[in-house]
Amino acid sequence: MAGGSFMSTGGRRSLLLLLPPFVYAILLMAVPIGAVIAISFTGPDGFSLANYGAVFSEPINVRGVVRGSLETGDLSWTPGLLPRSVYVSVAVTVATVLLAFPVAYFISFHVSPSRKSLWLFLITIPFWTSYLIRIFLWKVILGFSGVINSALIGIGLIDEPLTFLLYNANAVIITLSHAYAPFAILPIFVALEKIDRSLIEAAQDLGENRFTTFLRVTLPLSVPGIVAAVLIVFIPTIGDYVTPELVGGSGGLLIANRIQSLFLQVNDPGLGAALSVVTMAAVALVSLIFVFTCRRWLRSRS
Amino acid sequence: MTRGWGLRIYALIYLVFLFAPIILLPLFAFNSGKIIAFPLQGFSTTWFEELWTRTTLHQAVQNSLIIAVSVATLSTVLGICAARAGALDDYPFKGSMIGLVMLPLVLPEIILAVALLVIISKVLGISPSLWTIIMAHVLICTPYATAILNGAFQNLDKSFEEAAMDLGESRWGAFRLVTLPLVMPGIISAFLIAFIISLDEFIIAFFLSGNVTTMPVYIWGLRRQSDDLPIIMALGTILVTLSIALLIIAEFFRRRGMRRAGIKDTGGLL
Repeated sequence: MAGGSFMSTGGRRSLLLLLPPFVYAILLMAVPIGAVIAISFTGPDGFSLANYGAVFSEPINVRGVVRGSLETGDLSWTPGLLPRSVYVSVAVTVATVLLAFPVAYFISFHVSPSRKSLWLFLITIPFWTSYLIRIFLWKVILGFSGVINSALIGIGLIDEPLTFLLYNANAVIITLSHAYAPFAILPIFVALEKIDRSLIEAAQDLGENRFTTFLRVTLPLSVPGIVAAVLIVFIPTIGDYVTPELVGGSGGLLIANRIQSLFLQVNDPGLGAALSVVTMAAVALVSLIFVFTCRRWLRSRS
Repeated sequence: MTRGWGLRIYALIYLVFLFAPIILLPLFAFNSGKIIAFPLQGFSTTWFEELWTRTTLHQAVQNSLIIAVSVATLSTVLGICAARAGALDDYPFKGSMIGLVMLPLVLPEIILAVALLVIISKVLGISPSLWTIIMAHVLICTPYATAILNGAFQNLDKSFEEAAMDLGESRWGAFRLVTLPLVMPGIISAFLIAFIISLDEFIIAFFLSGNVTTMPVYIWGLRRQSDDLPIIMALGTILVTLSIALLIIAEFFRRRGMRRAGIKDTGGLL
């Protein structure tokens, strides 16, 4: 493998060093994912598409339930878990990145260089503190007799506790936006740091005001960071089953909860595997569409 | 810096949002009331005392510590390999090989959990144990360790090691005596970060734990008992204090490593 004259001695040493972590990732990630794909295509007697049939025919997974009729015009669609999970993940991603951008911008452009690492350190601290306990605390903050409700009642703004805060998709979105905040801030910050400050001065010398400079210089140049932030928030959020179970209530459960119960409670690994594969494919598809849209947008500008 | 006060206020509000759960944690942990709500009842250390009486919790903590120390050691070693290889010469496919090693960072955890459960229990027929959790955690911690160590290795001046070899040291001797001390702060930092991640990881541990209870799995088990909520707050306070302490140590070593390599630091721990 390492033979051949095209490789330098240094290259060979570097390959040998990389082999242990690489082989480890192959054995514990690539091979297991291959096994999941294999199991998803296996029925009682060998190769079968039955699991995929079940993924798309059971309403709970993808299709959802359609109620009402076309004639009366009161048609309603309760989406299946996969479309709903994609929607929640997209909402989490949009909320997280929109909230994070100004912070990254502030640290990059308005904080003095000597204090930047202190700010970044502060932003990462909550991320490193116990994940489960953070979610428990959001439950306490958003709950019926929780922090927000008791504070609002205490200062007399409301008389009855607000019930739309906990046990629904909003609660999932708030909790996940909090959990993934540093993942959004850091890539955007890195992209903003790379922007040559003289470009911004040049734009302003050429008569742009601060807002148009931001729109026409800073924002397009920060797109790589935004793309990285979107992907690094969107992809993992699909796989979270803890947040939906703790703060999502019965209506807030998502695809990961279904996969989890198929494996650990219902014991139907074939269907669970097929659903995992479909979920991965959906995540990959949404991510690719997003990346290509960004590329086309950037290209159309230049 | 007179401009941007609006942004500054926004950033401060955002920090409050980020820190809200951590600030509330000790308030409820030292509150004597059984119900987690305002107004607070009074100061009490009951919940911390009760932690001492829970033997199942002690077993879970012990398991988690064994796992976290093993994971931190193994993933730091793998991280050193990957980061060192990254700093050495290029060869075909090196980028994609490193990409694969870093991939667990962005894969949905449920997918990894499912895949590992399938291969371990359904294909290989191994029953879940501490070891299966350790193996899975090493996979997800190695990318973090590699990312931190990349900073240490890539900023290293190659001529130091070459000089040592010119003066008669073997390649290994030069690495041990020259490079290793220079990257040591990065190694300590990577070890601590891997330790924190493993100690806290729940999604995969829950799939692979079987009869073994780790600390997050134990906490998860208490989620429906509202009586136990104050105890979770007390345990959380201890954990948060511990991880902030470890983080400050990790950050201290990371910065010292950067200074030794002689570069200016603007990055964070991620």
